[in-house]
Parts: sequence; structure tokens; C-alpha cells
Amino acid sequence: MAGHADAAHSNAGKYIQIAVVLFALTALEVALYEVCYGGLKTMAPGLGASLEPWFVEVLLLLSAFKFWFVAMFYMHLKFDMKLLSWLFLFSLIIAVIVIGALIILFGYNRGLWWPGGKW
Amino acid sequence: MTTTTAALDHHDHDDAHAHHTSLPIDNRKLAIWTFIGSECLFFATLISTYLVYAGQSVKGPFPTDIFSVGLVTAGTAVLLFSSFFVVMALDGAQKGDRKKMLTWLSLTVLCGVFFAGMQVYEFWHFYHLGLGYSTNLFSASFYTLTGFHGAHVALGTLWLATILKDAIKGRVPPKKALNLEIAALYWHFVDVVWIIIFPVVYLMQMRS
Repeated sequence: MAGHADAAHSNAGKYIQIAVVLFALTALEVALYEVCYGGLKTMAPGLGASLEPWFVEVLLLLSAFKFWFVAMFYMHLKFDMKLLSWLFLFSLIIAVIVIGALIILFGYNRGLWWPGGKW
Repeated sequence: MTTTTAALDHHDHDDAHAHHTSLPIDNRKLAIWTFIGSECLFFATLISTYLVYAGQSVKGPFPTDIFSVGLVTAGTAVLLFSSFFVVMALDGAQKGDRKKMLTWLSLTVLCGVFFAGMQVYEFWHFYHLGLGYSTNLFSASFYTLTGFHGAHVALGTLWLATILKDAIKGRVPPKKALNLEIAALYWHFVDVVWIIIFPVVYLMQMRS
């Protein structure tokens, strides 16, 4: 088991590929911002207008990909014991619930999502 | 000399057996993952606080007045590359390639110093633009969130620097590579937290 993990960890080529992917995804995030709200907006107004409604969703998706690559390959969750993956996933699920619950709670108190205005 | 060798052997013997556990994993590694799990909740509360206060400040400066996406993008790239560097250093440590470990670990520490310096400069710059800690809701939640992350980066840099010092003295042989692996796991976690903070704080807030 340890030998298998060591062999998997030794894949320097894979680490380089992932570094390139992470860099490209970050560049995409910044490019998306520049097209929608930054200096490129005036150069490509049509593209910016079509991407703007999906700005937050696309950014979160790109971030999720980056998060997954680092956790799986750089943190070795893909090769390590499943227990560690479950431990991390369990914490992430609670973290997402905490974030979601607080946003909903404060949004509700401000009347942002309850039909008919303020609470 | 003999006493020193015997003491070292005894220490190595202790190191190999002191962390025995019924699970097929070293308990130090399980401990760092448990710690990382708790840190997820810590940063979740900070990110939540930032998000629920977003757009609620009644006076400036506002994010659009002060943020510089270019500088933070450079810091983000450096932090991402540092994750690559530390995993290469770990690869060297596990293979017993001392030169590879020292080279990549030195680069990782440099990246940590650069990122922490970038954040200190950013805070100093914002302060001189009139954004104190208690200026508005944005400033309080922004400084708290990114300040705690910066403190994690500083601690991680210090941790990796101490391992680098040990590695220079030849005290990180392949059988002790786990020491570096645990520090690297913490470092990667600091990186993934920034992967969330960068778009949520800097890119999404700029649109308002």
C-alpha cells in the first residue's frame, strides 16, 4: 500500500501538468472578469454582456475545479486512504451548509428573498 | 561519538514506533487532516461574514475604489506555484534527492514570503487610502478574512522554513519525509482557501 502511494507520489510530470491547468484556470478567471467588468469590456462589449449573467456561476465552477485538482493530486487524496477523503468531504459539506445557512438567514432578514418584502 | 550515534539511533527508533496506530496511517497525518477539517469551518464562518456584509457599507472606500486585481492576481499565481514547488520538494524528500528537495523547498519559502509581503503592502496601501479596520462593514470583514489567511500563510512559511533549515543540515532523510508532507498538506490547504477567497472577495465584489 505504501509502495503504491510512493509510486503515485513520484509522478513529477503529473504535478507539472496540474500546475499548468491551475495557472490556465486562474488566467480564465481574470479574463472573465476583464471581459465582463474590466478593461476588455469596451473591446468586446457583446461578449461581456453575454457572459455577465453567468459571471458568479462560472467563477465558482472554475474555483471548484482548481480546488479539486489541488485536493486530489497535490494533497494526494486520490492516492491516500479513503478515510482522509471522507474526513475532508464531511468538513466541506458542513462548511458549505454554514455559508448557505448564514446567507439565507441574513437575506431573509433583509427581505431579499421572501416574497412580499421585508420580514 | 558512540554516545551520539546511539542517541540518534534511539531517536530514530522512537520516531519509527512512537506514532503507531491501529489504522494503516500515521496518527500525525490523521491529526493534520482533522485540523484541516476544523479550519474549513473556521474559514467558512469568515467567508460567510464577508458575504452577508457585502454591499452593506454606507460609506466608502468601497471595493471598487481600492482593489487592484493585477497585484492580487500576481499573488494568486505565486501561491498556486508554491503548491507545485512544495509537492516537488516532497517528491525529492521521499526519493532521497536532497538537492531537489532543497531547491524546491527554498522556492516555496520564497513564494510564501512574497505572498505575505504582497498582503502587507496591500493592507498598508488600503490604510493610506482611508480604509481602516473599523471604517465600514466591508473593511472589518475584509481585513478579518484576508488577515487571518495572511497569518496562516506567515505561519506556513515559518513552518516550511524550519524544515528547510533541518534539510540543509541533513536532518530530513526519506524516512522523515512525513514531516515535510504534513507541512505541505497545511500549505496546500492555505492555497485552496485562497482559491475561494480570490474570486469571491476580489473578482465578484468588483462588479458592484
